[in-house]
Amino acid sequence: MDDKFIIGGHEFNSRFILGSGKYSLELIESAIRDAGAEIITLAVRRANTKDQENILDYIPKDVTLLPNTSGARNAQEAVRIARLARELGCGNFVKVEIMRDSKYLLPDNTETIKATEILANDGFIVMPYMYPDLNAARDMVNAGAASIMPLASPIGSNKGLATREFIQILIDEIDLPIIVDAGIGRPSQACEAMEMGAAAIMANTALATAGNLPLMASAFRAAIEAGRKAYLAKPGRVLSRGASASDPLTGFLRD
Amino acid sequence: MVKINGNDCDISGMTISQYLKATDYDLKFIAVERNEEIVPKDQYDEIIIQNGDVIEVVSFVGGG
Repeated sequence: MDDKFIIGGHEFNSRFILGSGKYSLELIESAIRDAGAEIITLAVRRANTKDQENILDYIPKDVTLLPNTSGARNAQEAVRIARLARELGCGNFVKVEIMRDSKYLLPDNTETIKATEILANDGFIVMPYMYPDLNAARDMVNAGAASIMPLASPIGSNKGLATREFIQILIDEIDLPIIVDAGIGRPSQACEAMEMGAAAIMANTALATAGNLPLMASAFRAAIEAGRKAYLAKPGRVLSRGASASDPLTGFLRD
Repeated sequence: MVKINGNDCDISGMTISQYLKATDYDLKFIAVERNEEIVPKDQYDEIIIQNGDVIEVVSFVGGG
């Protein structure tokens, strides 16, 4: 089945975007392999000198890097971080992530719209992380976003699809890939989001906090693939009441 | 005084290149910002760090 995930004109087979935070560099390669991931997120931070290893040594060259702008508190800081990331030689993808709130780590949609516009005009493939709000998503589309990345629940919470209804609205109304990001804690939740019509899933903490990271990566991969196939297969209807026999309705052992 | 990655350093007069070599950064993995402007790699040899400059040297780390 030819079912490419296309973003910013780039084609991918995997619909699992992998985070690389909060686990050891040694696990990255197996996480990528077991997740089947073709895109991995990274953060930009003040550099250490040579004695510390660099994460880029652990990421296969054919994997697309998706730097985020974490740490940015407003559009201007996000733009600075994105430009530094591009200077680091990772290509043009950027996940815009702007937070003013350090308790719940909720994204600031207004600043995110501003940063999206500046970066899209500067040639970036912009993937804004956002609180699932239809009006904000439309503004991000108009600002030049390549996808929309609504949160399922707060970052790192593993709480799943707390914003389910609002993500469904984005899937139904926004003509860009909707990538569910943040809060997805279990493969079943990833599968549900994919069945709803999400284009892809981004997960990090769900893997980083699992007892066996590579095994959880492969579980997510299977769940995302299953959800995608179910979405394409168009799930059957739900009865509002009553039942509908699955067996032939002809009589048996009686007239 | 020059502020590099948040720390005060007395390195005005050095080029970016000289500073990076002295501190043993791996040039392959870093990007440099001076007073909120990116310094392209081909200008590391030319740009002389001035008193009052604010410099950031960054690289990729794991993140979500």
